[in-house]
Amino acid sequence: MEMVSEAKELPRRRLIYGVLYLLLLIFPFKAGPYWTDVATFFGIYVLLGLSLNIIVGEVGLFNMGHAAFYALGAYTTGILNTVWGIPTIWLLPVSGLVAGGFGYILTRPIIHLRGDYLLIVTIGLNEILRITLINDPWGLTGGPNGVLGIKRMRLGSLVINRPIHFYFLVLIVTTLVVVVLLRLQRSRIGRAWNYIREDEVAAEAMGIDVRSMKLLAFVLGAALAGIAGSIYATKMMIISPESFTFWESIVLFTIVILGGMGSIPGVIVGSAVMMVLPELLRDFMQYRMLFFGAAMVVMMVFRPQGLWPSKRWQLEMGRETEE
Amino acid sequence: MEQPLLQVIGVRKAFGGLLAVNDVDFWVPEGQIASLIGPNGAGKTTVFNLITGIESPDAGKIMFAGRDITGCPPHVITRAGIARTFQTLRLFPNLTCLENVMAGQHVRTKAGLFSSVLRTSRQQEEERRIYEAARRCLDKVGLWHLRAELAKNLSYGDQRLLEIARALATEPSLLILDEPASGLNNVETARLMDLIRQIRDEGITILLIEHDMDVVMGISEWITVLDNGRKIGQGTPEDIQENEEVIVAYLGKEEEDFSWNSCN
Repeated sequence: MEMVSEAKELPRRRLIYGVLYLLLLIFPFKAGPYWTDVATFFGIYVLLGLSLNIIVGEVGLFNMGHAAFYALGAYTTGILNTVWGIPTIWLLPVSGLVAGGFGYILTRPIIHLRGDYLLIVTIGLNEILRITLINDPWGLTGGPNGVLGIKRMRLGSLVINRPIHFYFLVLIVTTLVVVVLLRLQRSRIGRAWNYIREDEVAAEAMGIDVRSMKLLAFVLGAALAGIAGSIYATKMMIISPESFTFWESIVLFTIVILGGMGSIPGVIVGSAVMMVLPELLRDFMQYRMLFFGAAMVVMMVFRPQGLWPSKRWQLEMGRETEE
Repeated sequence: MEQPLLQVIGVRKAFGGLLAVNDVDFWVPEGQIASLIGPNGAGKTTVFNLITGIESPDAGKIMFAGRDITGCPPHVITRAGIARTFQTLRLFPNLTCLENVMAGQHVRTKAGLFSSVLRTSRQQEEERRIYEAARRCLDKVGLWHLRAELAKNLSYGDQRLLEIARALATEPSLLILDEPASGLNNVETARLMDLIRQIRDEGITILLIEHDMDVVMGISEWITVLDNGRKIGQGTPEDIQENEEVIVAYLGKEEEDFSWNSCN
């Protein structure tokens, strides 16, 4: 297993990742504020992709309404800050908790659904939430205009308002999330998720409480999306329902599938493709979607496992070094 | 008579208008190899699914080790000590053999979200235990050298053995095997029978569904026969071979009833 096979690979890989991470630390000092901002949004997408990857990639639950949890986090921060004036720095974890809580309440009745049925219901959830936000319940969400004037985060005397501040905020949160997810992947919980993805009946017969494990994945994924939403809200200072449409959910879903289900580097590569490709194709505006669609079809035919699939797909290597 | 480990009492299960299992009573003596046999459609797999909690019975009771497990969800029944394999293989195809077998340890361990994220020493210790248990079980079926291989790449016979290893990793007191010899050649079948005996010798009670009469008569110490959802006989292999009703069910009284036999 990995303990044995990775023994030789590990130092080299650690070095590569270390160098890459160092580049991430230097990046905002070399790049201008524009590119730092681009990198920040890229980071938010990585965070969202990672959160959805728990649900779609690790457990194999088709969630096509993930933007709903993103919205819940953003609106929690927006409303609690503008209405009650709670400092946004506190609202970072609070938004995660609220989104996670809603994740529990909303998915509990539908958690037994499988595959395409779950997919349709999650699309419904996304739409219901978006329409609710537009309808401005109790005058809280501001209707189509959204919530305006969200304050920036304040850490002691430091106000997180410059692009570089946000860059490092996103980098720190993403790093923490990656560490948490890596550890989960190699734990009893992460394996149980994978067993469910592979064969739900067999997982159940092996004594895994499939229902609670699925709920756990949804709650965790929703909570992380909520944290991403909170960062987004303080970055933009204004949020509106149109940022959390079904299209947003499709983008997130595509990030996970494109990168390779259940793969953390895959999510990063997938986010890069989904962010960078549209930028590069800006000149061909009217053909953009055509090109994009074609690229997806080609991908699914020739590389269905994703751009950077999780390690098990490439076990061929490990086998030789092991014996 | 040995102490019964598993007792099925008056169990009934209908699917729509079809009565798949009708008032079936039988028991499995502790520490023995028991078999459940019967023609196709006799309700054997349904009985298995009722015992393991995949379906719940319409009536009747299932007692395991003195405890009522009727209608419990599968994970509770597995924790109570019943492990199973599937007639149609149900491995985790894209995971390694080692990971497949580690699945069995899930019910015997308890690290949660936070201890897994924090990597507490208890969680690390537990991970080592899971690894060791999986190694023992893979060793027992002779697949340790294939531990890093994906389950789907294994030969059919090895996949059957892997399922047994995975079931053993749940540390069961009753191991239920659903047609473990189907699709195996003679050499593999002989090896399987040895393995089943060896597992029994380690104190694990075995309940077998099997079509291959050589296997059933060769290793069973206790046989229950079902036909059309009813129990028609129970006893030692010798008793069963002389049981009038069983012979009729298997060989048919008249010529036209004979045909099912050629299907197997």
